[in-house]
Amino acid sequence: MTEPAPDGQYDEWLDAIEADGGYYVECANGHGWLPPRRVCPECGSRELRDEPLPDSGDIVTHTTITVATPQFEDDAPYVTAIADFGPVSVTGLVRGVDPEDVEMGAVVGIEVGERETTGDRAVVFRPR
Amino acid sequence: MSDPRVAGAGVTKFGKHPERTGRDLFAEAGLEALDAAGVAPDDVDALYYGNFMGELAEHQGHQGPLMAEAIGVDAPATRFEAACASAGAAVRSAVRDLRNGEAEVVVVGGAERMTNIGTAAATDALAIAADDLYEVRAGMTFPGAYALMARSYFDQYGGSREDLAHIAVKNHEHALVNEHAQIQKEITVEDAIEAPTIASPLGLYDSCPITDGAAAAVLTTAEYAADHDIDAPVAITGTGQGGDNLALQDRPHLAQTPAADKAAEEAYGDAGIGPEDVDVAEVHDCFTIAEVLAIESLGLYERGEGIHAATNGETDRHGEMPVNLSGGLKAKGHPVGATGVAQLATVAWVLDGTHPRADAVPDGTVGVAHNAGGTVASTTVHVLEVKA
Repeated sequence: MTEPAPDGQYDEWLDAIEADGGYYVECANGHGWLPPRRVCPECGSRELRDEPLPDSGDIVTHTTITVATPQFEDDAPYVTAIADFGPVSVTGLVRGVDPEDVEMGAVVGIEVGERETTGDRAVVFRPR
Repeated sequence: MSDPRVAGAGVTKFGKHPERTGRDLFAEAGLEALDAAGVAPDDVDALYYGNFMGELAEHQGHQGPLMAEAIGVDAPATRFEAACASAGAAVRSAVRDLRNGEAEVVVVGGAERMTNIGTAAATDALAIAADDLYEVRAGMTFPGAYALMARSYFDQYGGSREDLAHIAVKNHEHALVNEHAQIQKEITVEDAIEAPTIASPLGLYDSCPITDGAAAAVLTTAEYAADHDIDAPVAITGTGQGGDNLALQDRPHLAQTPAADKAAEEAYGDAGIGPEDVDVAEVHDCFTIAEVLAIESLGLYERGEGIHAATNGETDRHGEMPVNLSGGLKAKGHPVGATGVAQLATVAWVLDGTHPRADAVPDGTVGVAHNAGGTVASTTVHVLEVKA
């Protein structure tokens, strides 16, 4: 079987998080995004550079998903959350805490884990 | 050029028709629309057709010409894809072509076949309206995305699952007389709250069903309608469309839908009206929280106030501002690519008095249709008015 091609800068970004070197893309006016970006959608700046992703973020919203897609069938129930890292927000799976105990504003760190269903890599948040 | 008229519309029974092909569903709706309008197929200048997941559900791309053929029309046909706002985008293009004189008659519509692949695969297909790299791979489903928005709304403005339940109860009640509706079953607030959770805080009754169905409408210039003695009192007087970042994580506010704000502002300005003039609204309630976000973006309610509208009885058929008299996506059903035109048809029928819930607004002359794609990264708003 042919190995699937990597998704360019997305997989490189996951590699960097795995190596504790997470980053985000910042434009000349301080707007933060996740790669790949060639232009800032907010202000049109094309002067983009990689900046270190802050060490921790705050959960700004979360959900416990019980009806999953086939790709997450064995993961369910699982928690998906958006965490605010300051210049950029990231979506990830919350692990290391009971789903019922996930709280708004909780401080989390970011790492790369695996989907239980498929073994594919996924962004994972753990309480700090 | 004057405002385009809704000359006729057709909608299939929404529901579970796993064995019916998309082309057959659309043929039923399209032929019904042509018959209702009394327009000869030879007069149709174009078909603008909405469909979201045809490749995944039916292994069928390139549906434009297929659907033109299915309704006996030999005209250029193009498929529009803007997730759940696909048909709204199709309507907008038709309105522009009719206004600028490039067409006299356009069939707009859409179809979606969904139940044939089962709930799990349909959930998977719906998820691709989100950002695959940064959302879907983090487990986000379509209900999950709206659950994230709902929790953010509760956090910022208040409200509760009970308020959302009142929306479901209202829309189920509205659908009881709608023969096209997928779900014609009265429910209680308790039923909704006690239903199984899909993605907390949203439960089964916060969610629209998975639906097979099609809708179509024949739009003409006012001049064509007059020249052909077509009784078409309802005009599309305003069109607007707005966009936003695809991924929720990239938006500054998770409990507002600025794409809909922009679409509404443009459509109202286009029609020369304001939200205070609106008598009735069909809005995109794929989940109960979506109705709240929609009525706030439409300016019918202030931010943080829309959550109480159904609880207070203001948006039911006896209220000041009836919303989703069809039953909405919640009870009528949501065949994704057809929804925008099904909404348009509902508003036209309410305004011309032929809808079974038209008695909610006997003197209504202005309606809006709000059609949102994904987590409202695409939205169209259309204003419909009764003209002499």
